Amino acid sequence: MITIIEYGLGNLGSIRNMLVRSGIKCTVSGDPDVIQSASRLILPGVGHFKFAMDTLHERGLVTVIQQRVREARVPLLGICLGGQLIGRYSEEGDVAGLDLVPMDVVAFDRARLTLGEKVPHMGWTVTPHADIPLFASVQQPARYYYVHSFHFRCDDAHDEIAWAEHGYRFASGVRHGNVIGVQFHPEKSHVYGQQLLRNFAAMEFGA
Amino acid sequence: MKRIRVIPILLLAQSGMVKTERFAKPRYLGDPINAVKIFNEKRADELVLLDIEATAKGRIEFDWISDIVSEAFMPIGYGGGVASVEQAAELFKRGVEKIVVNTAAAENPNLISQIAARYGNQAVVASIDVKMNFWKKSRVYTRNGRKEAAADPVTLARACRDAGAGEIILTSIDREGTFGGYDTALLETVASAVDIPVVANGGAGAVDDFKRAVTEGKCSAVAASSMFVFAKKDEGMLISYPSEQELQDKFWSRIPRSGAGI
Repeated sequence: MITIIEYGLGNLGSIRNMLVRSGIKCTVSGDPDVIQSASRLILPGVGHFKFAMDTLHERGLVTVIQQRVREARVPLLGICLGGQLIGRYSEEGDVAGLDLVPMDVVAFDRARLTLGEKVPHMGWTVTPHADIPLFASVQQPARYYYVHSFHFRCDDAHDEIAWAEHGYRFASGVRHGNVIGVQFHPEKSHVYGQQLLRNFAAMEFGA
Repeated sequence: MKRIRVIPILLLAQSGMVKTERFAKPRYLGDPINAVKIFNEKRADELVLLDIEATAKGRIEFDWISDIVSEAFMPIGYGGGVASVEQAAELFKRGVEKIVVNTAAAENPNLISQIAARYGNQAVVASIDVKMNFWKKSRVYTRNGRKEAAADPVTLARACRDAGAGEIILTSIDREGTFGGYDTALLETVASAVDIPVVANGGAGAVDDFKRAVTEGKCSAVAASSMFVFAKKDEGMLISYPSEQELQDKFWSRIPRSGAGI
């Protein structure tokens, strides 16, 4: 059972639709007690980083998420803004994140967008990935739908698990222990994202 | 090679899917859910649903939209009758990613700002419909092409961008449903005037037209409607979407690397 964390900023309908269609049991909740007892979490999110963190604080969700992920080692998948929120810090709003993955979230460096690429990066981008269970059986070449103006910047390249190019190459997937973040939208990425979500639901997370 | 989005636009009316020509003569095409299932199977990049009766009826068919989007595992834009941020919130909750505003873009730009402030610029698409008036001037029309707006296309596009729209769907009413190709001059005028993506619409009849919308029209993405629901002009209904290979060979590979701001 996957618990999708509801805090008013996600495209929850889309994620739930995709999980239900894929035969994955899920529940949607913003109740800290429910999240406290969840065995697997998805943190969605669309919008502004600071607004999202403020909302998570207001609803008393920051501590419970951190505690469950750090102490109980509950697997968590962050999607889009949810993937950014698991970082330490974001330039969007100049605020701290959930600090579950040693990375910062930075704006696209416009000086490096030399072919007139626009921000936000919006559309389908072919996304190579590391050979890990999260991407098992995903059809190749895998492509995913992206919409974002900021991207991950990992301290340690070993945490990077997927990459995309928009003006330059950046990490679009990260994994640090039981925490995974993806910049793209698997719930809106046809069979590619469907397989990824199935893998997340089924994969084993060792320490 | 850059992938450029190819977006089917489905028109909703009469409790089903319809197709118009120059915004008139709606032809009933059946259940949109079947079409959405086919576009899903064909892995279409994105879909836009436009309820062309909603503004006049003053009502959004939320439950129907829910049913349709539950079959679509790609980004979905919805337009038609959205006049408040509460309605937008309800649509997002049901699985829509982007709200398309047309009449409201011209009549109430505040709505764009309100949706963008809460859900981000990427969640608001301004749809601008343009028709040549009697004096051969390009004019914006709202209310499904019925009412001439005060602003010209470039002025309205800039206003929508400033209000917070993340992209613009620019439709030539004169070309819509004709299969005669996009109005690339119109596209270029607007796409060059704003720094957000402009999506070409109105007139596409073949994949070659997509290329011209980007190389000549300077657009960032292409949309079409008739081309994806009819075999050919004045022929029977046939839901189709070009294959990955066809798009690569006839479209993406022919766009110079620096040719488009995507």
